[in-house]
Amino acid sequence: MPPAIRIEELTKDYAVGFWRKRPYRALDRLSLEIEPGEVFGFLGPNGAGKTTTLKLLMQLIFPSSGRAEILGRPVGDVPTKHRIGYLPENPSFYEYLTAEELLTYFAELFGYPAAERRRRVGVMLDRVGLGAERRLQIRKYSKGMVQRVGIAQALLNDPDVIFLDEPMSGLDPLGRRDIRTLILELRDQGRTIFFSSHILADAEALCSRVGVVVRGRLAASGSLNDMLAFDVRGWELVVSDLDPQTLVRVRPAARRVTEISPGRYALELSLDHPPERVLADLVSTGARLVSLNPVRETLEEFFVRRVAEMGTGARAPHAQEASRAGG
Amino acid sequence: MRAVSRIAASVFRESVRDRVPYNLVLFAILLISSSLLLGQLTAGQDVKIIKDLGLAATSLFGLFIAIFIGIGLVSKEVDRRSIYALLAKPISRTQFIAGKYAGLVLTLAVNLGVMTLALYVVLGFMTWGTSPELQSAWDAPGLDPALMKAVFLTFVQLMLVTAIALFFSTFSSPLLSAALTLGFYVVGQFNADLRNFDTVVDSPTAARLARGIYHVVPDLSAFDVKLQVVHGLPVPAGYLAATTAYGLLYITAILLVATFIFSRRDFK
Repeated sequence: MPPAIRIEELTKDYAVGFWRKRPYRALDRLSLEIEPGEVFGFLGPNGAGKTTTLKLLMQLIFPSSGRAEILGRPVGDVPTKHRIGYLPENPSFYEYLTAEELLTYFAELFGYPAAERRRRVGVMLDRVGLGAERRLQIRKYSKGMVQRVGIAQALLNDPDVIFLDEPMSGLDPLGRRDIRTLILELRDQGRTIFFSSHILADAEALCSRVGVVVRGRLAASGSLNDMLAFDVRGWELVVSDLDPQTLVRVRPAARRVTEISPGRYALELSLDHPPERVLADLVSTGARLVSLNPVRETLEEFFVRRVAEMGTGARAPHAQEASRAGG
Repeated sequence: MRAVSRIAASVFRESVRDRVPYNLVLFAILLISSSLLLGQLTAGQDVKIIKDLGLAATSLFGLFIAIFIGIGLVSKEVDRRSIYALLAKPISRTQFIAGKYAGLVLTLAVNLGVMTLALYVVLGFMTWGTSPELQSAWDAPGLDPALMKAVFLTFVQLMLVTAIALFFSTFSSPLLSAALTLGFYVVGQFNADLRNFDTVVDSPTAARLARGIYHVVPDLSAFDVKLQVVHGLPVPAGYLAATTAYGLLYITAILLVATFIFSRRDFK
C-alpha cells in the first residue's frame, strides 16, 4: 500500500519586492511520508511554511521543484479529491449562503444524489454543533462557527485523508475540546490526518508523529516519544513530611525546590545526582515518597530549541541559490 | 458537466442575492415613465423612440452586469479565500472557469429576457392605444419580432464582453479588470476604423499599432443592429449566423487563454 501522503524534495520559491527581483524560499526541499491511519502534526512557528505546504498539497500553489502524492496519485488529481478533505487556515465562505446551502453546494460538486446530500449535510452540521443554526447566513456566524462550517465541509465526503490547517484557530476551549474529540474519532476510524498547528498541546494530545518546520525547512520529524524520550534532563522527586533541616542538607543536590504545601516539596534533581541516593537520604529522616518522574524536554522546549538552532540564516542561503538558479 | 452546472447555478444565485435583479426594476421604471412622457410629447415617433431607448437600455444594463459581475467572478473568490475550499473539491480549474462563465451568461440571459419582455409589454400597450391609421405610418410594426434579432446579437456581444472581463479577472485586480474591459469595449466599438487608420495618420508606427489592435480586439460594432431593426431595415439571417459564429469563436479563444492562465496561477 502506498503512503497516504508522500512529499519529495518539495520546494516553493516566490519572487518578492516591487520588481519581483528578490527571491524568497517559502519551503525548502521538504520530504515526508505519512502512512495510512496516522495523525501527523505539522508544527512550526508562524510563517514557517506550514500553510505553504498544505497549499502545495491542495495544488492551490505550484511547486518550484519536487513533487507530492496523495493516496498514490499526484496532487491535483481530480478523482482523488473525492477521498480528500481540506480545511483551509482561517476559512472563509460565501457569506450570502447559509451553512446548509454551502454544504449542499459542495455535496453537489461531489455528485451525491439529493437524498444523500440531505443526509450528509444534516449529519455533518449536527456533528460540528451547528444543527440549530443551519439556516442562518454565514455572514451572521462568529469566527468559531465559521471554523466549524470549515470542518464540516472538510469531512462532508467521508474522506480517507484529511488536511486541517490550524483546525483549532478561532475556537473557544469547548470548541477545541470538540475538535480534539472529533480528530480522535477520525483516527479511530482509520483516517489519515495531516494537521498543521503552532499550538503544541494539540500535537501532544493528538499526534502519533510530528514534523517540525522552521523557516521553510524540516527541522525534525518522528514520533513524539522518539523525539523527546531520550532526552531525560533530570528527575522530579516529590516528597512529604520533609523536615526543614533535611531540606537544607539536600538543597545543593536540587536544581530547584518548590514547596507545594507545608512539608510537601517538589525537588528537581540534575542528572549528576542519582535520585535513589537522595531518596534514601530523605526517607531515612522520615520523609515519604509521593512520586519520582524523569524530567524530559517538553515539545515546547524542543520546538523553541530547534527554532533557535535553525537561526535566522536558514532561509537566506537558499534564497541566494534560488536567485542564482533564476539567473 | 455536473460540476460546471453547479458552479454556474451558484453564480446565478449569488447575483440574485447581490440584488442584481434590482436593475430590472430600474429598467421597467425608465421604460414606463419614458413611454408615458413620450406619449405626451411626440406624435408618431414615440414607438420608434421607445424601441431605441429600450434596446439601448437593454444593452447598457447588460454591459454593467457583464463588466461589474464579470470582473469579480474570479477575484472575489480569491479575495474572500472561498476558492481554497472550492478547489479542494473534485473539480478542475477549467471546470471552475467554465462554470463561472456559464453562470454569468445565465444571469445575463435572464436579465435580457426580462428586459425584452418588459419592452414588448410597453410596445404592446402603445400599439393597443394607437389607431391603425397612425400605425401604418410606422417604419416597422410596434410588436416587431425583428427586435429579437437586435436583442440576440446584443446578448452575443455581452457574452463576449463577459469573457473578456473574466479573462482579465483571472490575473488582475477588479479595478484594473474593469478598466481594461471597458477599454476593450470602447475600442471594440471603433474597431473597424482602426483597420484603415493609416489613411488618417502619417506615422507608420501609429498605423501599425492601430492595425495590431484591430487584429486583437473584437469588432463589437458588428453586433449592433439596433438602428436597422428600429427603422425596419432587413437584418439577413446569414449576417446573424456569421456574426454569432464570429462571437463564439472569439469567446472560445478568450476562455481558452483565461483557463490557461488560471490553471497555472498560485493562490498565495
